[in-house]
Amino acid sequence: MGFTALGLEAYPVADSAEARTVLRALTHEREDVAIIYIEEDIASGIMSQIDKFKDSVTPAIILIPGREGSLGMGLSALNAAVERAIGTNILENN
Amino acid sequence: MAGTTITPTRMMLKQLKGRLKTARRGHKLMKDKRDELMRQFMDIVRRNKELRERVEQGLTQAYSALQVASAIMSPEMLEQALLYPRQSVELDMQFKNIMSVNVPLYSFHTRNNDPSEIYPYGFAQTSGELDDALAALAKVFEDMLELAQVEKTMQLLAEEIEKTRRRVNALEYVMIPELESNIKYISMKLEENENSTKVRLLKVKEMVLQNAHDFK
Repeated sequence: MGFTALGLEAYPVADSAEARTVLRALTHEREDVAIIYIEEDIASGIMSQIDKFKDSVTPAIILIPGREGSLGMGLSALNAAVERAIGTNILENN
Repeated sequence: MAGTTITPTRMMLKQLKGRLKTARRGHKLMKDKRDELMRQFMDIVRRNKELRERVEQGLTQAYSALQVASAIMSPEMLEQALLYPRQSVELDMQFKNIMSVNVPLYSFHTRNNDPSEIYPYGFAQTSGELDDALAALAKVFEDMLELAQVEKTMQLLAEEIEKTRRRVNALEYVMIPELESNIKYISMKLEENENSTKVRLLKVKEMVLQNAHDFK
């Protein structure tokens, strides 16, 4: 991944099922995890688990595009948050 | 609503009036809180959008640079080069209070201050493209960190706004009208009682007078 070289911890997973166990381990068994970056294509399978952490302060789970490029899930999460707060999406036209 | 059991007494009226006053004040405060949260939220959403676009672009570039590097080097060499990281990142988390919502503030510091420490390999056996890829990744990482902070803040604010909005609406459309109608009900009932007492007294007076004067 290359992120290890920067000093981050990387947990390579092959599919969503594996990601689910890893995410569970990171969030339940450790308390020093503040930010988790997860690739969009892996994240798409475990959104329900990710959404659980939306309202808690830690950890922040941030979607990043995978190797195949952006799927736009990050932006759609942003739109969802706007919709949740305001009731309608006011960003759509700009 | 007025149909529920409220005893039409002066005491109750006084109580309800006090509650209405509190509810009105609470409503005003909540509304102000909501408006301010909304303003902050919109700033953060804009920043988030900007950062996300930058991160996605930066990562795509870094990935493609990495792709080039892996095309030039043999997979074993690449793996070996990146096998053991020399750098490690520590993340500090503090909290900032935005309108009573605690949002995280991240700051990271690396164990080694030398920026070249992100290259955990000797330069002799690796290609220059790998260096470029890692440099690109290191650059985008700063944005990624800020993105994490902004995005979490956004989520927490969204939750708080939702809650506050619901409270404002509950006060405005349920609590306050209900209290008002109850107060109206009690004051009307009290007036009615007063009227009937007055009428009764008049009647009694008339009867007493009749008895006194036209006594036969």
